[in-house]
Amino acid sequence: MTARGRAALKTAVWLVALVPLAHLVWGWWTDDLTVNPIEYVTRQLGETAIRLLLATLALTPIRLLFGVSWPITLRRLLGLFAFFYVTLHFAVWIVLDHFFDWRTMGDDIAKRPWITVGVTAFLLLVPLAATSTTGMIKRLGGATWRRLHQLIYVAGVLGVLHYIWLAKKVLVQPWVYAVLLATLLGIRAWATARKLSARWIVLGSRG
Amino acid sequence: MRLRYSDVTPSTLYLSRRELMAGALALAAVGGDAASTTAAAPAPAGAALPATPNPAYRVDDAPTKFEAASTYNNFYEFGVNKEDPSRLGHTLKPRPWHVQVDGLVARPKTFDVEEILKLAPLEERIYLLRCVEAWSMVIPWIGYPLSALLKQAQPRPGAKYVEFTTLKDPEQFPAQKPTFFGLGSLDWPYTEGLRLDEAMHPLTLLTVGMYGHVLPNQNGAPVRVVVPWKYGFKSAKSLVRIRLTDTEPKTAWNKAAPQEYGFYSNVNPNVDHPRWSQGTERRIGEFRRRKTLMFNGYADQVASLYTGMDLKKNY
Repeated sequence: MTARGRAALKTAVWLVALVPLAHLVWGWWTDDLTVNPIEYVTRQLGETAIRLLLATLALTPIRLLFGVSWPITLRRLLGLFAFFYVTLHFAVWIVLDHFFDWRTMGDDIAKRPWITVGVTAFLLLVPLAATSTTGMIKRLGGATWRRLHQLIYVAGVLGVLHYIWLAKKVLVQPWVYAVLLATLLGIRAWATARKLSARWIVLGSRG
Repeated sequence: MRLRYSDVTPSTLYLSRRELMAGALALAAVGGDAASTTAAAPAPAGAALPATPNPAYRVDDAPTKFEAASTYNNFYEFGVNKEDPSRLGHTLKPRPWHVQVDGLVARPKTFDVEEILKLAPLEERIYLLRCVEAWSMVIPWIGYPLSALLKQAQPRPGAKYVEFTTLKDPEQFPAQKPTFFGLGSLDWPYTEGLRLDEAMHPLTLLTVGMYGHVLPNQNGAPVRVVVPWKYGFKSAKSLVRIRLTDTEPKTAWNKAAPQEYGFYSNVNPNVDHPRWSQGTERRIGEFRRRKTLMFNGYADQVASLYTGMDLKKNY
């Protein structure tokens, strides 16, 4: 892909990824954030974060299945946008929902598994965002960096679990994300298993 | 002297301009025929419903805006989203409507809703409404004590509980249509229940209106109960049957998630929902959370119903 093509693609991602935020800002401006705005904003930010996290995790499976690798160039950008929305989601919880009531929030983190896993998912994403620069990749070395960034799988699972546990059991949406995430991780697992078994065969034929 | 909500909040304030205009248009369109106004104007102001304010039942907080109370609803028969009931409410037809009162009563009877409207003098009562999801509203309801209806039916000595059943009709309640593996759905019809002494308590209101008008469809037209010291889902809507029994009725949310929604479901800041604290609530229209009050602030009137009971066990 040409440098120009890449730039155009990244611009498109920027625009699309900012739509949910623009939608909320517009809603705030026009006083159209439902009658329970804090709950609504929290939910929209969280849902956007999960979608972007899944989009980030979808790029490798796309390469594995269809052999197209150019989407990988968008991985860092999508991942950072996912982190951006998770951070806003968390900030709204702290500032607007609980207004710095640290005791109540601490209680919630300790007592309620869905909040525990949600906060954990956020904390796991912090080092990934911090080491997302090209400089950091060089400093850590490719192998270490890759191992560290496998934390995104854990964060993805915890994020979806957070949604499943917080929602009423009769809601469908969280389960849709769970199926999507399982599919994306399943494709990777399948590819890894194939690679490993291929190596086994190679090793065996040498023996 | 305490002020009535209507003294401090003129109806032009709690009815938004949009609702007033919609109501006026609907009235103009049908020429003031009360019954068809209800059907034609599902969402906002239906027919006006005269009622006498009962000064014994009011709260000092300002009522929630009508627009909020009629667009932010949990009524899963229309869908799981808060805006579904007001968006889809027009499919419900609150006339003709009948309510069957039977079970352990000396005089079982099926009431026409018009008869229910005239069975006892209509009162306006301003109640707090606390949703199990930790938000709350202040709503001026219109109705009369459920006990007036139950007394007509004459409960038999063995009657210990009252079961409420909401209409089951997928044509009128779109979300009652079968879904993929029952996902996104409760076990229809929606049923709720109270102990007989709770049902006979003067606070328990058989409700036919709010904000000076008949109930909007999305708020449970044409007739529902309102039990202000319990979480909102206990106040069953669009009732077609009230049955007295000697055994504790199965209730819809208890069947869906028994660890989360008990039979009693009294508002209680000291008994958390398994997934969130019930210690605070967000009053719709306010920014900061408020402390939730025991029995939603009605402890002086209802605490004696539960003397000696472990409310952590009987959640």
